[in-house]
Amino acid sequence: MANLRTPLYDWHAAHKGRMVPFAGWDMPVQYAGIIEEHKAVRTGAGLFDVSHMARLSFDGPDTLPLLEEVFTNSVAGMKEGQVRYGLICREDGGILDDVLVYKWPYGYAMVVNAGNREKIVAWLTERAAGKQVKLIDQTFDTCLIAVQGPKAVELVSGLFADDVSKLKYYYATPTRYRNAGCMVSRTGYTGEDGFEVGLPNALAVPFWEELIAKGAVPCGLGARDTLRLEAAMPLYGHELNEQTDPISAGLGWAVKLDKGEFVGRQALKELPDTRPVRVGLELDGKRAAREGSEVFVDGSALGAVTSGSFVPHLQKSIAMAYLPKKYAAVGTPVLIDLRGTKVDAKVVPLPFYRRKS
Amino acid sequence: MTTPPDLRYATSHEWVKLDGDVATVGVTKFAVEQLTEPTFLELKKVGLTVKPGDEVGIIESVKSTSSIYAPVAGEVIAVNADAVNDLAKVNDDPFGGGWMLKIKLAPGASLDHLLTATQYDAQIAGH
Repeated sequence: MANLRTPLYDWHAAHKGRMVPFAGWDMPVQYAGIIEEHKAVRTGAGLFDVSHMARLSFDGPDTLPLLEEVFTNSVAGMKEGQVRYGLICREDGGILDDVLVYKWPYGYAMVVNAGNREKIVAWLTERAAGKQVKLIDQTFDTCLIAVQGPKAVELVSGLFADDVSKLKYYYATPTRYRNAGCMVSRTGYTGEDGFEVGLPNALAVPFWEELIAKGAVPCGLGARDTLRLEAAMPLYGHELNEQTDPISAGLGWAVKLDKGEFVGRQALKELPDTRPVRVGLELDGKRAAREGSEVFVDGSALGAVTSGSFVPHLQKSIAMAYLPKKYAAVGTPVLIDLRGTKVDAKVVPLPFYRRKS
Repeated sequence: MTTPPDLRYATSHEWVKLDGDVATVGVTKFAVEQLTEPTFLELKKVGLTVKPGDEVGIIESVKSTSSIYAPVAGEVIAVNADAVNDLAKVNDDPFGGGWMLKIKLAPGASLDHLLTATQYDAQIAGH
């Protein structure tokens, strides 16, 4: 089956975007180069086509009960325009996806990982049975473009009918771009300030090119991955999967055990203390740890790396891994097996990178 | 394509230039582009005896780690310390200043098993 394409596919292909298959889509992994793109986001502004992310909306009086049932974070207390991060879990606490829930004036919406779209739609549809709620998959109706970096606010200034610089972090607003309805959200996946903008498909290229003309650098999935790694944001399929739970993944802040019943709550309340937890590791030297590299403590392989790279901004070899709690303390020395060579590393605090506010 | 016609190629993306009985070895521009900009290069030591397919180095980018394999049989007689210390040489000039090793061919060793530029272009076109 042919991969899906975003409204910017032709633009990417015509501008040296190296297209790779990702989660059922053809997406650019880089244009000029991952390192250059990464640095542009840390020092200026980068532009990401994230139209592959699944966008669902909900309609009907039972929307709130459905969302409270499937989402680990609280929905009832959300203010209009607020965005909340949380997990969708199985009964046993295993993570089905990490998602954003949006509260709009007219209802709720959800942004889901591209690779989990079909799974989550099926899960929600099953859970919605017998409830008065309609689930609408709007992924293909609009594009989603992220503008990220310290210059993001300056770059979007004047583009929208409303002043989006006043949006608080994790808030969103409907507004207009070139007289068409759009939405702007103060969210992102890079560790920088910035926006994610949902637009009609026909405005994808004009918006993209207008921002490039103002100095934003087009960035591919490669830089998106190294940026989120520096910011220690977990990635589904790597740090998160159905065998991991949100508490062990360090996402307990997005799990509200006291909000009432939700799928996975009981299992998460009774989680055994023996589960390994997500840690940050910094390696000696410039060699990178990769997903699957074994982590040794006191001579035994006790965990494995979930993501790792020599990252462009920090100029360090860093990794995330799961380790038993007793070895998760900052400063714990470990060895990481890189293709037969054991390299010294130590547990360091997360995130690796935090922007100056 | 940017594949020099006068070199021979391994399917694992190393190039070989023969000068007398000394083979200069590097990785192709295509391989470097696929890897994305190198962040780390480690090469085996001078004096090592190798046969085709033996690992002679590791090259890494922010995205991935790849092995570099000996394309010919012989003895490593030089490694390019300049490339190890300045990866821009590998990134910007993979067929020139970014060379990695010189291997003195073992008696009877040849380049016959390696691809021609045309054959290598056909391989990467099918990528």
